[in-house]
Amino acid sequence: MAWETVIGLEIHTQLATNSKLFSGAATAYGAEPNTQACEVDLALPGVLPVMNKEALRMAAMFGLAIGAPVAKHSVFARKNYFYPDLPQGYQISQFDRPTVEKGEINITLGNGETKTIGVTRAHLEQDAGKSLHEDFQGFTGIDLNRSGTPLLEIVSEPDMRSAKEAVAYMKKIHELVQYLGISDGNMAEGSFRCDANVSVRLVGQEEFGTRAEIKNLNSFRFIERAINHEVERQIDIIEAGGEVIQQTRLYDPDKDETRAMRSKEEANDYRYFPDPDLLPLEITAEFLEEVRKILPELPDQKRLRFKQEYSLSDFDAEVLTSSRAMAEYFETVAQGCGDAKQAANWVTGSLAAYLNKQELSISESPVSANDLTGMIKRILDNTISGNIAKQVFEAMAKGEGDADTVIESKGLKQITDSGAIEAIIDEIIANNAGQVEQYRAGKEKLLGFFVGQVMKASRGKANPGQVNQLLKQKLSG
Amino acid sequence: MSLTVKDVKQIAHLARLSIDDDNVQTYADNLSGILALVAQMNEVDTDAIEPMYHPQEVMQRLRDDKVTEQVERERFQKIAPVTEAGLYLVPKVIE
Repeated sequence: MAWETVIGLEIHTQLATNSKLFSGAATAYGAEPNTQACEVDLALPGVLPVMNKEALRMAAMFGLAIGAPVAKHSVFARKNYFYPDLPQGYQISQFDRPTVEKGEINITLGNGETKTIGVTRAHLEQDAGKSLHEDFQGFTGIDLNRSGTPLLEIVSEPDMRSAKEAVAYMKKIHELVQYLGISDGNMAEGSFRCDANVSVRLVGQEEFGTRAEIKNLNSFRFIERAINHEVERQIDIIEAGGEVIQQTRLYDPDKDETRAMRSKEEANDYRYFPDPDLLPLEITAEFLEEVRKILPELPDQKRLRFKQEYSLSDFDAEVLTSSRAMAEYFETVAQGCGDAKQAANWVTGSLAAYLNKQELSISESPVSANDLTGMIKRILDNTISGNIAKQVFEAMAKGEGDADTVIESKGLKQITDSGAIEAIIDEIIANNAGQVEQYRAGKEKLLGFFVGQVMKASRGKANPGQVNQLLKQKLSG
Repeated sequence: MSLTVKDVKQIAHLARLSIDDDNVQTYADNLSGILALVAQMNEVDTDAIEPMYHPQEVMQRLRDDKVTEQVERERFQKIAPVTEAGLYLVPKVIE
């Protein structure tokens, strides 16, 4: 039997506001427990929520970016459940009137084709606190710093057909929220996490199979593994004659398995109702226009422009737009040195390799965009060769100064004086009479050997083009 | 729609309300009465009427995204039954 996988994702992204969704407490990650939890976040009697304007602006921005209508009126609802890290006894969320309505995202599949994934909605809601079960005998420790942090929950249509598509979609949203500057996207710190709804059905079957929801996936690798594992589990059940039951499952990365958390029926009876403490949210045309004005160039637009404007390959355009910081760095260099190809090669080559090795992000690069521009200019004006430039780059990365300083202090200036190069060539020819004879007898691939010798003798500083040309002249005698 | 005794017990459980078994049938009858009223109102043709978002014609006030709160953990934790290392401790909850 041939099975088809159906996946929908609910992505929770923490919005990068300074303060909480409904209180003036800070949202910084990693603070001492409960130092960012005020009366409102603790849900003490008598407190009232007051909505953060910035969170609304960020949600609207996301809506515009995915081509979704941003609701003129949206309504906050209470989602009721009891858990100690939710002191209100309900989460303030949105139910039937979310701020962002239906939009879409394009993903690129493995074969290079584009697929459109529907985004059902995106709504504003509060994050919960954290429960620490491990450290206290018979107790659970509660840290409410995260309580009330604004979340944008982005709900997809069940449009994905494999774990790989789900990962591609999630990466696309991850990239987008960072481009928009509405989330730091830090998955390790929980700023970006997702629940996956997974079901299987026979190929050709119309209706969906019963789905299981896998909770709290916070790395791309886990998502792929968790979904693949869940798909196998469901197929095994059905093929053995059983039935998949609708439930919430938790992925355990250590054991590489999902296990049932709780029965969906009971726990999911959330009894939503409009929150009487909050009035409807209004987004005026003026507000939306203000947001539209500050909408940055989106990743897909940027990729397309890079390919056209700088004649970049698909691959280079992809790498160079992987973050806004990366794209800005590249553009500074490309425009500064006037040679986009060189700029792309250095940024995706030596620079990317160096940052990778040192585990640094582009914004932490010890070689600034201006430094790299200065160095490429010296390649273009023949002060140094591309090869020598690698030494210059490494020295700059170690903080030994800008390109001109390094070239000067290390004496790396390229030898372009033909007289000087000829002198070296003459000496090499004199010292390698055997090879000269073989070359002249027709073994032309020995040219490489001579080039190598000359470059070595000049400590890499001879201009390679000139060396080639002069060698050929002299060897042909 | 009317509510059964079982529905009432389930709702009470979800809302963590402790109710007297003797009263459950009364609650079920009274709540069903309320739902019957709602059903009656649902009969009214409202197709041409724009839904009301709120009884008052006012919209949510927004505040600027500024941190205005001081750290008052010590004061808040004075009324908590058990705290340790800055955390509120509650009886162990495990899924």
